[in-house]
Amino acid sequence: MNARRISMLRLPALLAAGLLLGACVTPPTYDYSAFKEARPASILVLPPMNSSPDVKATYSMLSRTTLPLAESGYYVFPVTLVDETFKQNGLTAATDIHGVATNKLREIFGADAGLYIEVKQYGTSYFVISSETRVTADAKLIDLRSGKTLWAGSATASSAEGDSGSGGLVGMLVQAVVRQILETINNQGHVIAGQTSARLLSAGRPNGILYGPRSPMYLKEGVPAP
Amino acid sequence: MAHRYSQRGLLVLAGLSVLFLSGCVNRPQPLYYWGSFEAQQYAYFTGERGPEDAIQQMEKIREEAKAQGKPVPPGFQAHLGMLYGQTGRTDLFEQNLLAERQQFPESAAYVDFLLKKNLKQ
Repeated sequence: MNARRISMLRLPALLAAGLLLGACVTPPTYDYSAFKEARPASILVLPPMNSSPDVKATYSMLSRTTLPLAESGYYVFPVTLVDETFKQNGLTAATDIHGVATNKLREIFGADAGLYIEVKQYGTSYFVISSETRVTADAKLIDLRSGKTLWAGSATASSAEGDSGSGGLVGMLVQAVVRQILETINNQGHVIAGQTSARLLSAGRPNGILYGPRSPMYLKEGVPAP
Repeated sequence: MAHRYSQRGLLVLAGLSVLFLSGCVNRPQPLYYWGSFEAQQYAYFTGERGPEDAIQQMEKIREEAKAQGKPVPPGFQAHLGMLYGQTGRTDLFEQNLLAERQQFPESAAYVDFLLKKNLKQ
């Protein structure tokens, strides 16, 4: 009886593990039907919400969003001016700005879509012989005309990605010290945020956003790159 | 001798095909000239640069873009216009916002909203 109970408990666990592994092997492709129906031309990037402990994260990430989106073919509203407009209307916290009704945003900015970002991780962790700066963010593209979610994605980037770990322990220590100096003085987080936003917001990546009307790749998704 | 010639011919052919193939794989050209525009936006948020200094940097980027025959990115002229506005030069505020609207008609509603609000003040 007891043994049977255990095996009954095990079965769902095994099934769950199987499902998880299966998900790893074949990542589900994003359903772009709403995106393709809406085909936004302009994107209003709202100041990102920040659930990391570093207060710099919001504006660091915000100032890294224009390049990947514009190079993907979208008109991106001037993030500095947009932030001022929110402030002049008494909205200073990203949380409050994310709560503004989509039709109100559409009315003021005339944007087709709004980009809602949340920074999950932003900063440097120090270990005995290493340090790592990591920036992780989620994003959601919402049609400001209909309120529909057109796309959602997530990305992360880390300063440790390029490390091969070669050079023995001393080499590692030296490298760690150099990197810690760089990371505290040069605001490494802002450097890594640029990599995160490039991964998160560039078109042409698996499950990424689609190309916008100003890109020569517009409407050519699925066609192999030249 | 004939053998040597054909070897050289092969080399030339190989060189040409490498050139040709790398031309094919070449990444597409960027749509805009960016210069340090992203850094300018970040510096605005962190407040580490006064508007006068920022205006100079922005005008420099605009010159570089012109020299390269590339358009400036979305929001560039609007950001510059805002900086001029903050130094009291409302004519250049308006001029740069109108330039943004002309380059990117997608910005029309917002630019009109900003110009109207500015006139009221």
